[in-house]
Amino acid sequence: MTQCMLLAVDGSQGGDRALEYSIAQVKDRGIELIVAYVIEWSPYSFNTPEENAERHKRRESEISRAKKTIIDPAMEKLAGHNIKAESIVRHGAPVETLNDLAKKHNVDQIVIGRRGQSGIKSLLFGSVAGSLIQTSEVPITVVP
Amino acid sequence: MHRFILPLIFSLLFITSAHAGIDETINNLTKPIAILIGQIVFFKIPIFGAQLPVVVLWLVAGAVFFTFYMGFVNLRGFKHAIQLVRGDYADPDSAGEVSHFQALATAVSGTVGIGNIGGVAVAVTVGGPGATFWLIVAGFLGMSTKFVECTLGVKYRSENPDGSVSGGPMYYLKKGFADRGMEGFGKFIGTFYAIGIFIGALGIGNMFQSNQAYVQLNHVSGGALDGLGWLVGLILAAVVFVVIIGGIKSIAKVTEKVVPFMAVFYCLFALIVILLNYASIPEAIANIFAGAFTGEGVAGGALGAMIIGFQRAVFSNEAGIGSASIAHAAVRTDEPVTEGYVSLLEPFIDTIVICTITALVIGTSQVADPGFAGDAKGIAMTSSAFERQFSWFPYPLALAAVLFAFSTMISWSYYGLKGWTYMFGEGEKGQNIYKVIFCAFVALGCMVQLGPLLDISDALVFLICVPNILGLYFLAPVVRAEMNSYLARLDSGEIKKFK
Repeated sequence: MTQCMLLAVDGSQGGDRALEYSIAQVKDRGIELIVAYVIEWSPYSFNTPEENAERHKRRESEISRAKKTIIDPAMEKLAGHNIKAESIVRHGAPVETLNDLAKKHNVDQIVIGRRGQSGIKSLLFGSVAGSLIQTSEVPITVVP
Repeated sequence: MHRFILPLIFSLLFITSAHAGIDETINNLTKPIAILIGQIVFFKIPIFGAQLPVVVLWLVAGAVFFTFYMGFVNLRGFKHAIQLVRGDYADPDSAGEVSHFQALATAVSGTVGIGNIGGVAVAVTVGGPGATFWLIVAGFLGMSTKFVECTLGVKYRSENPDGSVSGGPMYYLKKGFADRGMEGFGKFIGTFYAIGIFIGALGIGNMFQSNQAYVQLNHVSGGALDGLGWLVGLILAAVVFVVIIGGIKSIAKVTEKVVPFMAVFYCLFALIVILLNYASIPEAIANIFAGAFTGEGVAGGALGAMIIGFQRAVFSNEAGIGSASIAHAAVRTDEPVTEGYVSLLEPFIDTIVICTITALVIGTSQVADPGFAGDAKGIAMTSSAFERQFSWFPYPLALAAVLFAFSTMISWSYYGLKGWTYMFGEGEKGQNIYKVIFCAFVALGCMVQLGPLLDISDALVFLICVPNILGLYFLAPVVRAEMNSYLARLDSGEIKKFK
């Protein structure tokens, strides 16, 4: 049975549906829930010196914006259902970061929404849910 | 304010350029200045028939001392530097801050410039093939100097109220000396450095770059731009202007993305040219070693070749100048020494890899066809060497040269700016004045010829080595203590690997 669940949100409607699904799963079952949002970022990009000097400031504002617009509304909704959850905002490559978080917190299931992209768009940009399915070490639930 | 300044500068430049022979006029004006500055900074002592500039001795002595004092960190720290850049020790909790890779890439794109293409040709022309050997030796020793200055850059940086950071030699000179009870001297030497980096930013990081970009463009267009240096200069200045003052970051962003590919593209084709000249490789390499110790045909013999090699190496990798520590200071880390390790890869990439490749391209071409370049000097000579194998190569090379020049100018505009704000504060108005001056010099760089220009640029850069290395000697014990404590914690497992 699931002890700890990781919910990946991204501010999209798919993410909202994944939140609804998680609420139904977790509620009154004593399952630990972690809500995570990954800010897309790569340590291997090329920047100007000025961008580097301002990076710390930018990072702080990215995190606070993510908390305000994505994490806080989700946490409020969970609180409305009397569900206690941990929230995490982290920079990185989404798939890799979610897998790392799952490992670190001994998660035994990941829930993620999908964007429903098809054809060329998903070919070009890839799909987080799709790649996660291929690489995750724990079961994944993709909410349509 | 910009609305008035831009037309003002441009109309001034147009008025002056209306007179015929502006290049010549400026050349005649700068020549006496070049000679005077050169005589002061490159005060030479005659030694065994060669002329040894004291400042080169100062730099080399420093690099040798730091190599021994830090226990050959340039060799022993190499593996750890790679691990750090790969992110093996990066804590995922601090993801989103400037990574070691990013700091290195930014600093490298500031140093990999036209010096790697043109400067090497100058070294080989004046110092013979043997200069290449000393160039590599200087690159190797320079790794230790870089390690010391970049560690200090992070350790003594200042955090601004808005959360951004300012660091570099002026800060470590001021605070480092203050820590040792020499506050007044630290203040003096910090300001001296700030003035120096400001002037240096107008020379090595600016005029030299735009000048060589123009020379290369003129070369590929078959001389169609003769006498039009002012026009190319104005265009380049306008592009730099919109990036650093207009805040059009997208141009800088594109350049920063394209430059690494250009560098890889350049190295790849250089290796192909060397391979195509395969019959000449053994002789070219033999010439490098023979020239290094005999100095045949070089003024001052082996010592002459050595001096020129060292001089060009510093001009290219900037070890001892302290500029890179301004770029590295942006990294947020609890361990300043890690940034030192990462930075030692810079002279390696810049001098030991890229400059050596260029030297071999020229060297093998020379063996195959001694008169291949005709009268071409500097970057035009390198271009001719490529042209022997690929007739079309001068065009992408010209593009690469312009992009290298551009990214180096953007990096140096920041270094100069930090010197400026150190002196005049972080006010926006003052920063804009600096940026306008910087752009004016971009244009000026295309109007003067290589000779006096290169002399001024060289002299100014070597001048700021004096306060910087003096500070490095004083603060070296601090760096060694940091390094030993870090290594001990690395051994004990207190510093964890995350990957």
